[in-house]
Amino acid sequence: MWYYAVRRIILAVPIAIGVTIICFALVYLAPGDPVQNLLPPDASQSDVTYLKHAYGLDQPVPIQYLKWLLRALSGDFGVSIQTNRPVLGEVLHALANTLFVSIGAALVAFPLAVALGTLAAYYIGRVPDRVATGVAVIGISVPNYWFAIVLIIIFAVELRVLPATGMGSAGSAGFDPLQWSQLKYAVLPVLATALVPLGIVMRSTRAAVADTLSQEFILTLRAKGLRGWGIVRHAFRNALPQVLTVMGLQFGYLVGGSILIETIFTWPGTGFLLNKAILTRDVPMLQGAMLVLALWFVIINLVVDLLQTAIDPRIERG
Amino acid sequence: MTDTTLRSPIVVAAKPPTARARGYWRNVSRRLRRDYATLFFAFLIAAIALSAVLAPLVAPFDPNATSMIHRLKPIGYKGFILGTDELGRDMLSRLIYGGRISLVMGLVPVGLATIVGGFLGLLAGFTGGIINTLIMRIMDVFYAFPSVLLAVAISGTMGGGIAISLIALTLVFIPPLCRVAEAATTQIRSRDFVEAARASGASSLSIIFHHVLRNVLAPLLIYASSLISVSILLAAGLSFLGLGVEPPTSDWGLMLSTLRQSIYVQPVVCALPGAAIFVCSLSFNLVSDGLRQAMDIRA
Repeated sequence: MWYYAVRRIILAVPIAIGVTIICFALVYLAPGDPVQNLLPPDASQSDVTYLKHAYGLDQPVPIQYLKWLLRALSGDFGVSIQTNRPVLGEVLHALANTLFVSIGAALVAFPLAVALGTLAAYYIGRVPDRVATGVAVIGISVPNYWFAIVLIIIFAVELRVLPATGMGSAGSAGFDPLQWSQLKYAVLPVLATALVPLGIVMRSTRAAVADTLSQEFILTLRAKGLRGWGIVRHAFRNALPQVLTVMGLQFGYLVGGSILIETIFTWPGTGFLLNKAILTRDVPMLQGAMLVLALWFVIINLVVDLLQTAIDPRIERG
Repeated sequence: MTDTTLRSPIVVAAKPPTARARGYWRNVSRRLRRDYATLFFAFLIAAIALSAVLAPLVAPFDPNATSMIHRLKPIGYKGFILGTDELGRDMLSRLIYGGRISLVMGLVPVGLATIVGGFLGLLAGFTGGIINTLIMRIMDVFYAFPSVLLAVAISGTMGGGIAISLIALTLVFIPPLCRVAEAATTQIRSRDFVEAARASGASSLSIIFHHVLRNVLAPLLIYASSLISVSILLAAGLSFLGLGVEPPTSDWGLMLSTLRQSIYVQPVVCALPGAAIFVCSLSFNLVSDGLRQAMDIRA
């Protein structure tokens, strides 16, 4: 176990380095001179020269990268062109808001998905299976940004029971999830975010449980007279590592892929921040947000892998 | 939204069709003919494609003709079968024209990525060793970005537009397709019939073409077909964020985005472009599933 864990962590390092290279390269992908991208459009010539030197942009690209990486490692992600505040602080603040919705969506989607998926696997080929599979296909086919708009139309426009956008009067700094007057702003974003992972986790649960149910030890259990819930319990335990992996990855995407939902609900999370950075051509902010989100995703992947091995020792040997 | 399709378990190679070459395809077509759901959605895709290609003939109005007095009319209003948008343009005509962009954005990036990713995967799987490590580790890095994030970041920094969206989406799809091709190739390479071909003096190229490619192609193409709906969703998402086509063009994602301001006036009409994206993506998903089942390829 420890050998595997250490090996897996070491393997994640080159990927993390690769991620930083891509985020670094974003500045060069943007049309125009990288210095211009890092500065507001009305910057003076002396500012340009100063920044070129300060950021080492007059040096070869690999050295620039190393310098940028060292700064990033020490927590200096640069300063936002728009707000003139340090990028890291803004990104982390937004990340908290994104996490709030993502965790909410996970809490809604995962238990429901597991229950429906297991049910579908137990009644495979029969009515509950067909219904669950249908829901799953809809979940993976639906554009979640459209689903979000449909939710707004139903609950905010027609029924007028929930607010359409925003994060409440207190804003994101004083957001208090214990008060309904503020929590209600999160309801629609959470529901809109939950649909896709619901479909995906349900599909994987169904496949994993159905796979276990077809194994021989289940036959033995049946022969011994076990039925119904007793069988499901055994099958589910064996399918769990696979299901957990999918859940972990889904949680990673919820956070990383929040841009559309947050833009629709003007929810001040990382996705919203990213969209704002793109619209205002705020390259340092874009770079910082990308880096934090991608590294987050690398870490989630790592944690999922380690967790999986801890639960199911068979994987380590395989 | 769609990432798991990108990361679904690696496709295991199809059962070698060579052993029962004629019977296999006959079986596949027989199974498909009986699968009415798949046939229905395939027909739906064909209808969308046909109306998109023949848009100038089918569309009842000019999709860009604005009318100040006919803004945001409901469904069925005076010949506007699906109502009008915020500039008084006919929704039905715009939806028909919008299908063009969506189909192109669904098919082209996946096609390009299948060629590039398939080639890289074949190369990595067949040569093994350091080339394999090099290619596959680079793919791992791109894998470390959620697909939406990667697509948005690339097209966002490069300034958006339809060509850049195509490039961004192609880049998003190369790593998963490369992985599928690599896994299938590695598996085939160690089979006895490849060994036999090599022993009888076949060159690497001829082994690749005659033995490996035809076995890798089936799982690769089936997997690629499941990405079409992902590509449609992502492309419309990019347009929705203003990173896709330029405004007057009819595009479902862009229409959804601009109509969002009018949901208090005409909620149903405003939801139509999204419904179009949904139907299109659902159809491609179900047809891909049906094909996979008919061809008996495990995912």
